[in-house]
Amino acid sequence: MCAEQPPPPDTSRRRAIGFFLGGGVLTTLASFLYPVMRYFVPPAVVDLGGDEVVAAKLGDLKPNSGKIFRFGARPGLLILNSDGTYKALSATCTHLGCTVQYRSDLREIWCACHNGTYDLNGRNVSGPPPRPLTVFEVHERGDEIVVSRKREA
Amino acid sequence: MIAAMVRWLDERLDLEGIIAPFKHKTVPTHRLSYWYFFGGITLFLFIIQVLTGILLLLYYRPGANEAFESVQYIMTRVQFGWLIRSIHSWSANLMIFTAFVHMFSVTFLKAYRKPRELTWVTGMLLLFLVMGFGFSGYLLPWNTLAFFATKVGTEIAGQVPIIGHPMMIFLRGGEEVTGATLTRFFGFHVAVLPGIVTVLIAIHLFFVQRQGMSVPPKVEAEWTANPSARREMKFFPNFMLREMMAWYVAIGALGALAALFPWELGVKADPFISAPAGIKPEWYFLFMFQTLKLIPSKVWIIDGEVLGVLGCSLAGMFWLLLPFFESDKPARTRAWITGLSIFALVYVVGMTVYGFVAK
Repeated sequence: MCAEQPPPPDTSRRRAIGFFLGGGVLTTLASFLYPVMRYFVPPAVVDLGGDEVVAAKLGDLKPNSGKIFRFGARPGLLILNSDGTYKALSATCTHLGCTVQYRSDLREIWCACHNGTYDLNGRNVSGPPPRPLTVFEVHERGDEIVVSRKREA
Repeated sequence: MIAAMVRWLDERLDLEGIIAPFKHKTVPTHRLSYWYFFGGITLFLFIIQVLTGILLLLYYRPGANEAFESVQYIMTRVQFGWLIRSIHSWSANLMIFTAFVHMFSVTFLKAYRKPRELTWVTGMLLLFLVMGFGFSGYLLPWNTLAFFATKVGTEIAGQVPIIGHPMMIFLRGGEEVTGATLTRFFGFHVAVLPGIVTVLIAIHLFFVQRQGMSVPPKVEAEWTANPSARREMKFFPNFMLREMMAWYVAIGALGALAALFPWELGVKADPFISAPAGIKPEWYFLFMFQTLKLIPSKVWIIDGEVLGVLGCSLAGMFWLLLPFFESDKPARTRAWITGLSIFALVYVVGMTVYGFVAK
């Protein structure tokens, strides 16, 4: 055994090693976490609907009735009024996202989930919905009823 | 703050008492100590399998019409999906490899002998289950190679006399390999096997923890002759840190393999095409596959296939019960078991290589 006093511990060297070791481990963990975080984000779904969709054929609907059609990934509501004019709106309630329906007895659009109603222009008239429904354009092309998004003026 | 939380828990749960055995635990240090790492590396790869498997479940859809497309989606559309899947496949293969290395190292170091017979039995069961993981997971992408591998593999199970056919029906979910098989294998792979394996790993580790590491008889003899040569290191932190280093190396190798050689997806399975030429099972089944190929179709009055399957099952059963054939006198080992172990290693490696080379 040597009688000499041990030299005071060189903490600066220990700190440097600690820094590199800890930094290395943290960098490794970050390199694992980054791909995993990116992996969690689902890729954007391709909206196959585009800006235009055939909602129905002429004669599919009786006057004073409505039907749900597929507009891209979301539902739309097509209404044939008693006067023979068509109306198309988004069918997603602005309150909590339920799908609305046409009520022929009230001549209104009604959401069954929380009793919200909209008039035929999509304005929220009673119940919880905070905003009006988006209104789409309707054209007749041959015997097809074509619904498209309104172009921004 | 952390110290305060630890104190809070310690007051209620006596953390010291839980940690104490780990503090006293030591690991024998000798020239063969490196083999102790392989069990830990296998465990580490299993943890990676669980984590990446959960990630794959976010996007994978079982079903004959969707499985291939969903894996394709993971690999082409999901960000880093190719990497996650590649890591899962590579880690699976490495895990089976390290499990075999672990098994043979335990065999040659004679670590299975009394009092560790049950540790060996649980370990062998884990090895079989891990191969089951490989077999069931291989089908999930629903590609041509996997389809035919499953067809052949389940057909082989069907060769076992009496219980074979019902077993095959059970595995396939019908007479043929169909979408029903895929659904079953998915269930085995993500629910049944992980549950059983987790419990068995816990038991296996509990035994190892209770009994400590075995010292190979040769080293033990040297130490008995010369007690001052005996060396040990503390499990925590000395051995634990070394194990962590091994894990770090393992994940480095895994990441490099997964990134440089991304696992391929192949072609979607079609039950109504011919099997492609040169079709082979995964490498870890190759030694059994090659054995079956070499047995003539008729041996005396027994079908060659039946003989092969029975032979393999009996060999597996014998290997599972290996410790019970060994002498329980600490200093004595049975030479024939050592010889048999060498034969087994040479046979498995040789047949695997032969299977790779053979047309």
